[in-house]
Amino acid sequence: MIIQQTLNALSLGSMYALIAIGYTMVYGVLRLINFAHGDIMMVGAFSAFVTYSVSGSFSLAVLVAIFVASITGILTYKIAYKPLLDKDAPKISLLITAIGVSFFLENLFNMLFGGIPKAFNYPKFFDKLIHIFGAVTPLSSIIIFVVTFIVLLVVLWFLNKTKYGIAIKAIAFDMNTVKLMGINVDFLIILVFIIGSALASLGGIFYAISYPSIDPLMGVLVGLKAFAAAVLGGIGSVSGAAIGGFILGFSEIFVVAFFPDMAGYKDAIAFFFLILVLLFKPTGIMGIDFERSRF
Amino acid sequence: MRYFTTLIITTILVIGTLYFANNHLDGYSVMILSNLGIFIILAVSYNLINGVTGQFSLEPNGFVAIGAYVTALLLLDKDSKSMQFMLSDPSPFVMWMHASFIPALLISGVVTSLVALTLAFPVFRVRGDYLAIVTLGFGFIIRIFAINQDAYTNGSMGLSSIPHDANLLWIGIFALITVVVVLNIVYSKFGRAMKAVRDDEDAANAMGVNTFKMKTYAFMTSAFFEGIGGGLMATLLTTISPDQFTFMLTFQLLIMVVLGGLGSITGSIMGAIIVVVGMEWLRFLDEPNLLGFTTDAHPGLRMVVFSIILILVMLFARKGLLGDKEIWDKFRKQK
Repeated sequence: MIIQQTLNALSLGSMYALIAIGYTMVYGVLRLINFAHGDIMMVGAFSAFVTYSVSGSFSLAVLVAIFVASITGILTYKIAYKPLLDKDAPKISLLITAIGVSFFLENLFNMLFGGIPKAFNYPKFFDKLIHIFGAVTPLSSIIIFVVTFIVLLVVLWFLNKTKYGIAIKAIAFDMNTVKLMGINVDFLIILVFIIGSALASLGGIFYAISYPSIDPLMGVLVGLKAFAAAVLGGIGSVSGAAIGGFILGFSEIFVVAFFPDMAGYKDAIAFFFLILVLLFKPTGIMGIDFERSRF
Repeated sequence: MRYFTTLIITTILVIGTLYFANNHLDGYSVMILSNLGIFIILAVSYNLINGVTGQFSLEPNGFVAIGAYVTALLLLDKDSKSMQFMLSDPSPFVMWMHASFIPALLISGVVTSLVALTLAFPVFRVRGDYLAIVTLGFGFIIRIFAINQDAYTNGSMGLSSIPHDANLLWIGIFALITVVVVLNIVYSKFGRAMKAVRDDEDAANAMGVNTFKMKTYAFMTSAFFEGIGGGLMATLLTTISPDQFTFMLTFQLLIMVVLGGLGSITGSIMGAIIVVVGMEWLRFLDEPNLLGFTTDAHPGLRMVVFSIILILVMLFARKGLLGDKEIWDKFRKQK
């Protein structure tokens, strides 16, 4: 039973981790909670859904999802955030526009596809049952974990070893100095939005495979929980976001497994963590102290 | 003296108009006006914490839900309760609680503001966008409790056949009280301290303003009126369920407050009027054959329009209609 639940927790945690990375990276460069991030995940899942039902090719569906989600992310930044950042508007204005974008995306997809959850089709191959250490699990949960792990390594390699990655990390410390160094900050921020949105759309597809249905509001709760995971891990830190995501995944699965009475409160666990972290260690597990490196 | 004259004249005018409206207008208009009254209560009290004190919080849907449930449980009688609670037997406490209309509203206001007091301790340790997320989380948690505490809330089934005690006159009176009380707070010593907290928290602290206390006062006052607004909503609609108190409600209040201008009480009233009337007026957008095209699109265009309006207001007219001024300040300037 424990192994079974661990596998479930790993795949749920992977999903949270993928989405949390987007939050944490955007927060790192802009000091802004990208409220629309959960909805970008929803956009990705819907793009995959439409492409797969039209073309029947799952790999094409994944590529289209990543592409559409990235475009949505870039447009969100260009239309909703950049004009306000240029005007040096207070953070609250940015937050309100972010909420506006989030609501816009939800209602747009609600209008286009209807609010009733749609069954998400995927190749039957994901459903193949695998036996590991006496536990039975669909192949999808293994794939989700392995893909997430690889993606995580790639993102960490990108941030730590490449020129662009190091520049993004530099923005998180001091944006103005980075500008003075002749680096195109705008391009790098767009890059961050592309990475975040691409990972979110992967998360969205994984979500759609694990709970084979999608609806326009699917991103709201998952997005908030992933944000809680990012704060738990220490916002601004990519590995922290991943750790936070897995902690959240494990807690949700194990609370339901061991205390079935509490199943209804599963969705509250993330917020409980969020409040605990903010009360006792606001910098999170892998804490980066932004108060001292404010730009 | 001038203040009292204005107050008395306004009161007489408002009550007179409402009395007339209540007796002479058709049911549809009365319903819209009642709705408007409730949203004025909610928007004005939400503005006290969001605009005047500058603590951007996103929990009003939770507070309204608390107010609505407390009022509903107080007003329902024993037979009706034991008939309605299907998922599990109502707890003895729920069976015991009973009150008439006005006490029920006041009790729900007090309960909600006590909840706000307990929330204030964890919540106001953080600022800015963290505060927004934590309060949003609380809004969610309150709804999750409403869905799961079957013995207290009848779970996702909600409560129905709540006595229809609220009429337009009562709602109008409560809206008037809310506006007058909040305006008095804004122009008092407390209001100035709250504005100081909004403009520069550290400076306010240095000047000897107890910022935590000020935030908590604003939060509790706001919660009190949101609870009453929720109670009025429950008695107006006569049914409540957890689905009514989603983030959507908070979003509507947010548009009203932002449209009218964060920090402007009269602005919030105008925002409430524009959104409530606009929602009705834009209903044609949700009809299946729009502009001659018969589409199989699903309803939702209205909310798309409203979210675009919110984004545009923030991009191009960040101060909203009135900024942080009241409507009479605008007239004074033109002289």
